[in-house]
Amino acid sequence: MLKNIWDYLDSRLKLSAALEFGRKKKVPEHRYSFWSYFGGICLFLVVIQVLTGVLLLLYYTPSIDAAHESIVFIMSQIRFGWLIRSVHSWTANILIGAIFVHMFSSYFLKAYRPPRELTWVSGFFLLVIFLAFGFSGYLLPWNELSFFATKVGTDIAGVVPLVGKALKAFILGGSQVSGATLTRFFWLHVAILPLFTLGVLGVHLLLVQILGMSKPIGIPDRSVREVSFFPDFLIKDSLGWTLILVLIGVLCVFLPWEVGLKADAFAATPLGIRPEWYFTFMFTTLKLIPSHILTFEGEVLAILAFLVGGIFWLAVPFLDRRAAKEQRGRFFTVAGLVIVLYIAVMTALTYL
Amino acid sequence: MRRFAALSFSILALAFLLYGQKNSCIECHQGLEKELQEPVKAVQADVHVQFGLSCQDCHGGNASQADIELAKDKTFRGVPKRDKIPEFCGSCHADSQYIRKYNPRLRVDQLSLYWTSQHGRSLKKGDPKVAVCTDCHGYHGIRPASHPKSMAFPWNIPQTCGRCHADPEYMKPYKIPTNQLAEYKQSVHARALFEKKDLSAPVCNDCHGNHGANPPEVAAVAFVCRQCHPVNGELFSKSPHKKAFDAMGFTECEACHGNHKILEPTDALLGVGKDAICVQCHDAGSKGYQVASQMSQKLAGFLAGFQEAQALLSRAEQQGVEVTDPKFRLQDANTLLIHIRSLSHDLSLGEFEEKISDGEKVVSEVQKAGIAALKEAKFRRTSLVIVTLILFLLAVALFAKIREMRRRSD
Repeated sequence: MLKNIWDYLDSRLKLSAALEFGRKKKVPEHRYSFWSYFGGICLFLVVIQVLTGVLLLLYYTPSIDAAHESIVFIMSQIRFGWLIRSVHSWTANILIGAIFVHMFSSYFLKAYRPPRELTWVSGFFLLVIFLAFGFSGYLLPWNELSFFATKVGTDIAGVVPLVGKALKAFILGGSQVSGATLTRFFWLHVAILPLFTLGVLGVHLLLVQILGMSKPIGIPDRSVREVSFFPDFLIKDSLGWTLILVLIGVLCVFLPWEVGLKADAFAATPLGIRPEWYFTFMFTTLKLIPSHILTFEGEVLAILAFLVGGIFWLAVPFLDRRAAKEQRGRFFTVAGLVIVLYIAVMTALTYL
Repeated sequence: MRRFAALSFSILALAFLLYGQKNSCIECHQGLEKELQEPVKAVQADVHVQFGLSCQDCHGGNASQADIELAKDKTFRGVPKRDKIPEFCGSCHADSQYIRKYNPRLRVDQLSLYWTSQHGRSLKKGDPKVAVCTDCHGYHGIRPASHPKSMAFPWNIPQTCGRCHADPEYMKPYKIPTNQLAEYKQSVHARALFEKKDLSAPVCNDCHGNHGANPPEVAAVAFVCRQCHPVNGELFSKSPHKKAFDAMGFTECEACHGNHKILEPTDALLGVGKDAICVQCHDAGSKGYQVASQMSQKLAGFLAGFQEAQALLSRAEQQGVEVTDPKFRLQDANTLLIHIRSLSHDLSLGEFEEKISDGEKVVSEVQKAGIAALKEAKFRRTSLVIVTLILFLLAVALFAKIREMRRRSD
């Protein structure tokens, strides 16, 4: 019976050929291989996001009169609605964390060096896209925290030199967080960003397939062995996915994502408002920076510094000439460590 | 041209004169010893000064004269005698034509009211110790009653009245209690005023009047309370207590709740327990005793159900189940609870039971929702254990496969 089904599908979809490709495709295995599984974990989490997001769309209503109510309805009236929403929210956070780990591990292992510069660049854009996913998705429940955090976040965008005011007005659809903002964020979250993801993620995966995974600099060939992508690498990937599923399940049951109080534009800003954890290092920097440094506004300087930092991060494969020559170099490793330390300290300061 | 020059000169000269005009009262008092210097400082914050009035507007004299003899001319009134203070202030404050120039909304009946008050009547009889305007409003630094630093601002009034009324020595000749301030400070009204900063909470003058201050009469007390508690007042008027209280000459609200020390009413006041008020009049076995007992039992039963529903929702919420809707529904039960407590003034057992029954239906509905939410929490945990077990077994199988693959490749 099973064989007949397989034969039917194989003759039409050429599954044997795909499996053969997987068997022939080799993946390097070495002492740093652990980090290469984070790419697969990110992909797995993206799939969960798509599935749960599509299900949430069945009941979510993107208007200020009904958004919060629809979330309460999903959480309390829909069978397993609480699970779908909690999985979506928790996975979103774990995904951002996994993207950070994947990015920094690729950075420190210098996986960006030629010919994989474009893999790095596409990965960078994926990070930006998923941060935008997080920012836009946070407002959708239309609760007090998300409302004021969006206000704070868009205020930051408003400080960007020259284009700040126009950018803020474009994001908000006006001068304040309103129904127009919610509609825009929903449109961004379920239409525009998924479209970008499809393109950029496609390019990223295609490049990984074409170019394969990199081997870290200086690892002797004898300590690197090659395993087939299917089934060896995929089975190890599956182990990681299984453990991640357990983690998500435990989080959803014991800490289901809160609905919060409905946003009230006329209420006073609650104490301790801050954006999602992955934006807090920027938020705290802006809070701590002096209002003026020499004759410049502190906030503007900080925003400019983040912009320059982002451009530097994007251009790393083209700047690190030693890595391009398969030579170890300290500058970029130290720079990366400083950046990690900065993000960690600023994030910790937000919660202390 | 000449005309223009003369006009300009005249204007400049007048401006110079006005600018250069000095207030000799202030100049002199600034140089005197502390007690006489005090008015100069205090008067800066005075509402009269803010309206452009000066020393001579109250005390007379000619402030533009540098010489003390010339300054204290025949219009000089100096410090008024204590028994003349009401008329002294009233010379302006009872004059509607004059007051209208400064504050058309300000009442001008304070003086006439004062003469009807206990204070005013005693002053007329020659008692100089009773309160006059300056005792409650101060002098040289008088602020409008709406100013938080004014002695007549709501949260300062208990202390203002208490300066005399809480002083046993001062009040000795009058043979009236002096514990009102201490008692008031323990009351629910004082808590609302001082802790919640609720300026609508009653203070001394809200019950006794201010300029026409008098002890409230027996009948008046109930109307004073009804200003803020009209529902309870109406229910009481409908109750059998009204007739009985009137017949026995009891004050209405005060009989059960007290006067200055009105504590937050608890459910223990109703019933036949040791803290119950009903038993003060109703003997065991009497009809009133039985009604009180029934009402108390029914209220206690409803309250227990209400608290159980609250606890169920709280537990379910702690276990991560969304209970916004039943919590919202429980607010309906809370509204009914407030209504039921009010009905204790009516003493109609039928209406009381009807509302209790309505409340119990809501509470029962919420309890069911709470129990369902707890079941849901249990289901989630059980499901998690099963799913985790399956995933764990899968992980073990994958791990075993990985080891086998490694062995094979080695």
